[in-house]
Amino acid sequence: MDRSLGCIHRFMEEKLIFFQLFLSFFRIGCFAFGGGAAALPLIQKEIVDTYQWLTTEQFVDLITLSELTPGPIAINSATFVGYKVGGVMGAFIATGAFCLPSIVLVMMVTNFLRVFEENAMVQRVLKGLRPSVIALMSLAGLSIAQNGMRDWFALGLGVASFFLVSKKWIDPILMLLLAGIAGILYYR
Amino acid sequence: MVDQKKKTLFNLFISFIRIGAFTWGGGYAMVPLIQKELVDKKQLISDEDFITGLSVAQGLPGAIAINTACYFGQRVAGFPGMLTAVLGSVLPSFLIILMAATFLFHFGDHELVQHFFRGATPAIVALIACGIVSIGKKALKKRIDLVLAVVLFTLVLIFRFHPLWIVLLGAFTGLWRKS
Repeated sequence: MDRSLGCIHRFMEEKLIFFQLFLSFFRIGCFAFGGGAAALPLIQKEIVDTYQWLTTEQFVDLITLSELTPGPIAINSATFVGYKVGGVMGAFIATGAFCLPSIVLVMMVTNFLRVFEENAMVQRVLKGLRPSVIALMSLAGLSIAQNGMRDWFALGLGVASFFLVSKKWIDPILMLLLAGIAGILYYR
Repeated sequence: MVDQKKKTLFNLFISFIRIGAFTWGGGYAMVPLIQKELVDKKQLISDEDFITGLSVAQGLPGAIAINTACYFGQRVAGFPGMLTAVLGSVLPSFLIILMAATFLFHFGDHELVQHFFRGATPAIVALIACGIVSIGKKALKKRIDLVLAVVLFTLVLIFRFHPLWIVLLGAFTGLWRKS
């Protein structure tokens, strides 16, 4: 009897973890305005302070790892924390929960736009958002440049890639790979 | 007909796997890749719609990369397209992080990997710069738009405004200006 109760208890605990993972990454997804980088303090608060799924040190490691792997940092942390706490299933739940608000909200907006696309006010808002897009993209570019272009080689590589890609002489993905290989050869 | 639809979804999936696998350094690095894949190469999205998609992605919470994947997936093939695009863009990082978590970070300690990314970072900046130039040419046609972009950039860079404010300010000035 006791043993079966223990089993049930363990089972509930396991489910509870999944539920908590879902809720906390859903919350992060709902409030991460300004992209994944803006979500970092939010993620830290949820997974380091509130649930203590990671220590601060592990969290810093995770950021480093995210910089060295593809994908948005929020997705990387969702996958990583989910896996640590609840295995592959946990990773799946945390990542899905983070994407869910995006899916629902974008669906609502595209449906709204489909109906009101011709509306003059909607048109004005959309046009007004264009300078914001450029401003925020510039900020993203500049902050990566500040971190990652600290020597003459990097600067030259950046300028060269800009010309090669903007003249469409080289595919962007190929450019990334070639620049990476140049990095290996130069910094070795 | 059904085959055609399946083919579109499959192509979308492959496109977004490519995009997701080469998104280094945050969502904006993905913008030129999406432009190249969906606007230039496959012509599934018009220039106008591309800029609208970016605006929507910025105005909503969530990772820029995921929001753009949602928007463009939906535009190309409706709700199934949306799920396909999100799945494709998440899959590479999901698998790589699972691998890294299993092998406990040793991947990041590797000197070769670090040097590779040190070389790739300037190229990422270059890609973002290309995106800014090509989108800027289409999005900032009037001088006032250019001025606004510079003002908003100053606000976010020097006065540390939250990105959400930049989006809201853009929307308000749009409403306020007579087209």
